[in-house]
Amino acid sequence: MLNHKDVLGLYDLSAEEIDEILSVGMSMKKLLKQNIKRLPHLQGKSVTTLFYENSTRTRCSFELAAKYMGAHVVNIAAASSSVQKGETLIDTGKTLDAMKNDVIVIRHPMGGAPRLLAKTVKAHVVNAGDGMNEHPSQALLDMLTMRENFGRIAGLKVAILGDISHSRVAKSNLFGLKKLGAEVTMYAPRTLLPTGIGQMGAKVCASREEAVEGADVVMGLRIQLERQHAGNFPSLGEYAGFYGVDDGVMRYAKKGALVMHPGPVNRGVELTSALIDGDTSRIEEQVLSGIAVRMAILFLLTKEEV
Amino acid sequence: MVIKNADVVLKDGVKKLDLRIEEGRIAELGKGLKGEGLDCTGLTVLPGLIDMHVHLREPGFEKKEDIASGSAAAVKGGFTQICCMPNTRPVTDNKVVVSYILNRAKEVGLCKVRPVGAITEGQEGKNLAAIGAMKAAGAVALSEDGKSVLSTGLMANAMMYAADFGLKCLCHCEDASLVDGGVVNEGYYSTLTGLKGSIRAAEDVIIAREICLAESLSLPVHICHVSTYSGVQLIREAKARGVQVTAETCPHYFTLTDAVIASFDTNTKVNPPIREEKDRLAVIEGLKDGTLDCIVTDHAPHHADDKSVEYDLATFGISGLETSFALSYTQLVKGGVLTPEELADRMSGAPARILGLEGGGIAVGAPADLTIADLHAKWTIDPAAFVSKGKNTPFGGREVFGAVRYTLVDGEIKYQG
Repeated sequence: MLNHKDVLGLYDLSAEEIDEILSVGMSMKKLLKQNIKRLPHLQGKSVTTLFYENSTRTRCSFELAAKYMGAHVVNIAAASSSVQKGETLIDTGKTLDAMKNDVIVIRHPMGGAPRLLAKTVKAHVVNAGDGMNEHPSQALLDMLTMRENFGRIAGLKVAILGDISHSRVAKSNLFGLKKLGAEVTMYAPRTLLPTGIGQMGAKVCASREEAVEGADVVMGLRIQLERQHAGNFPSLGEYAGFYGVDDGVMRYAKKGALVMHPGPVNRGVELTSALIDGDTSRIEEQVLSGIAVRMAILFLLTKEEV
Repeated sequence: MVIKNADVVLKDGVKKLDLRIEEGRIAELGKGLKGEGLDCTGLTVLPGLIDMHVHLREPGFEKKEDIASGSAAAVKGGFTQICCMPNTRPVTDNKVVVSYILNRAKEVGLCKVRPVGAITEGQEGKNLAAIGAMKAAGAVALSEDGKSVLSTGLMANAMMYAADFGLKCLCHCEDASLVDGGVVNEGYYSTLTGLKGSIRAAEDVIIAREICLAESLSLPVHICHVSTYSGVQLIREAKARGVQVTAETCPHYFTLTDAVIASFDTNTKVNPPIREEKDRLAVIEGLKDGTLDCIVTDHAPHHADDKSVEYDLATFGISGLETSFALSYTQLVKGGVLTPEELADRMSGAPARILGLEGGGIAVGAPADLTIADLHAKWTIDPAAFVSKGKNTPFGGREVFGAVRYTLVDGEIKYQG
C-alpha cells in the first residue's frame, strides 16, 4: 500500500514505497511473461489517460496495464494549446472527477501540472511525465529492469548520458536509484546539464569514459533535433562523435553491463545501432517492464478501496 | 490638527514630538503643542510612504485592479504617493491616458497617483512615445516596465530625449534571449521542479547596459527591482565611479529565496524571479549601504483565475502594497539592518529625491503626508483581507511586525486601521 494518494514523482515517494511498487511489478511481469493478461485487480474501476502531449509508448503502456487488470479505460488526447484557450486544467479535473474516475493518468508539457490536478481531484493521479519535472513510471520500469537482471538496486552503478537538462527521466531515475542505494553518474554537454544536479546526488563527470567507468548500467537519453536548433550543440553528428556511447566507450563499463534507453532512440546518436541491438541491450525488455510497473502502480493506488 | 505624543521619524533620528497640520502642510513641530488633536501615544509617525513602482491595471485590466481598489490598498499599506506603470490597455504612452489616470485618481481621492509613461509607443520598442506631451500632462517618469527596450540605440535616444523634459527612465532589466521562456531563477530549485530557469545574467547584462549608457551620456538612470547579487555589485561599482544610477528592490527579494518554488505555488511567480540566499543577502547589504536607494512593491495584482493554472501559464507578479511596510520593517529594522530613519528614507525620502516629488520627509512646510504605524503590533498576513483586488501573495500566513494605523494625505486621514 502506498502512503500517497497520487504518484507524482519519485522525489515524493519513500524507499519503501518504491520497493513495494517494484516487488509487485516483478510479480506482474512474471504473469505477463506467461501471457496472463486477464487479472481482476482493477475490475469495476475507471482509469482515464489525459495526455496534453503526444505519446504512443507511455499511453499505450498505461492503457494496456489498466485493461489487463479489467479496468474501464478512457483516453483523452488534449492538444496542449487547448489548455491555453479552453478549459483550465482544474476545470477538466473537476469534470473527470464528477464522472467517477478512480485514476487519472496525466502527461503534460508543464512541470507541476499533475500536482495541480492532484490537489483538485479526489481521483488518484499518476504522473506520466510533466515537462522537465518527473516521469516516475519510466524510472520505475528502468529500476524494475535492473532489479530483474541484478536481483537488487543497492550498490549498482548507473551511468546516464544524453540530454539531462530537459529530461524528466534522468531526474526520476536519479531520485529513485539514490533512494534504493545505487550510484548515479552523469555526462552531457554543459549546455544540456542542469544546474544543481550534483547537489541532488548525481556524480557529474568530466568525460563519457569517466561516467561509464565500472558501470553496471549505461543509459542513453534521447537527443532531440530541436536542441540542435536551439544552439545547445552544433549537430547530431558532432554530438555522436563527442558525447555518444559506442563499443569503445562501453569498454570502460563492467563486462556485460546493460544498455538501456527510455526510447524512442536516435540510432547512432545517443547509442550506436550495434549497442541498441546487442546482447546487453535491455531496451525491448524495458517495454514489458513498463506495463508491469504501471500495473503495480494502478493496483497499489486503488487497492485500499477494495 | 495636532498629532500628539508620537515618535516622529526625522532625517536624523526618532524624536518624541507633536506635529501641527494646517492647510494640508506641516505647520509646526514641537513639544506640548495645543489644539484639537490625534493622540498618537505609542505610535510612530513616518514621512508618507512613496511607492514608485505600482501596477494599477486601469485602464484595461480592471478585473485585476483599478485605480480605486489600488489606491485603497495603497493607503491601507501606508502609502501616500504611488507611481503607476504604463502597461495598461491602452498603454500609457500618450497624454490622454495620463490625464485619465490623474482624473480618476482625483475622483477616488485617496493617495497621490503619479503616472509613469511608456518609453516607446505601445511599449513596442520602435518609436519613442509622446514623452513631452506626457510630461506636460503630469507623467513623472518613463518606463517600459515588464521588458527592456531591446534596441540599445533607441534606449540611448530615449534617455537623452527624456532628459530634456527632466524625466528619468526607470529600467526593467531583462534580456529576452537569455530568459528564453524561463519562469524561475535558474538553480537547484529550477532543476528540482523542472521549471525553466533564467540565469542572473539575463538581468545583469541589461543593468550593465543601462549603466554604460548613463555613464557614456552623463545622464541619470534608474534600475528597477534588482534581484541579483551581481546586479547589486554592478550598481555599487557604478555609483563608486560617479555614474548617476539609482536603484530599487522589493520586499520579496530580501525576504524569500527560490526554495519557495518547490511547492509550485504560482504566487511565487514574479519577474525578475526570486533568487538564492546569496542574492537575498546582497540585496539586504545593498539596502544597508545605499547601493539600492529604495524599496518598491512592484505591486502586480492579478485575479485568482490568472494564478489558478499551471505554473508556466500563471501570470508574473505579487500584490504587494498591503504587506510592503510590515515586511520591510520586520526584515530590515527588526532584523537590525536599518534604523527607522533609514527605512523611512528607503520608503519615502529616496523615491521623492529620485523622481523630484514633493514630500519624502517630515519638516515644517512639507505636505502633511504621513504614515502613522504601531511598530509593536504583530499581525498575520491574510490575503483574503486585502482590499486590493489582487490576493496574489506568497506571504499569506506569515507573521510580521508593524501595522499602519493612520495614513494622512495632505493632512487628511485617508486610512484608519
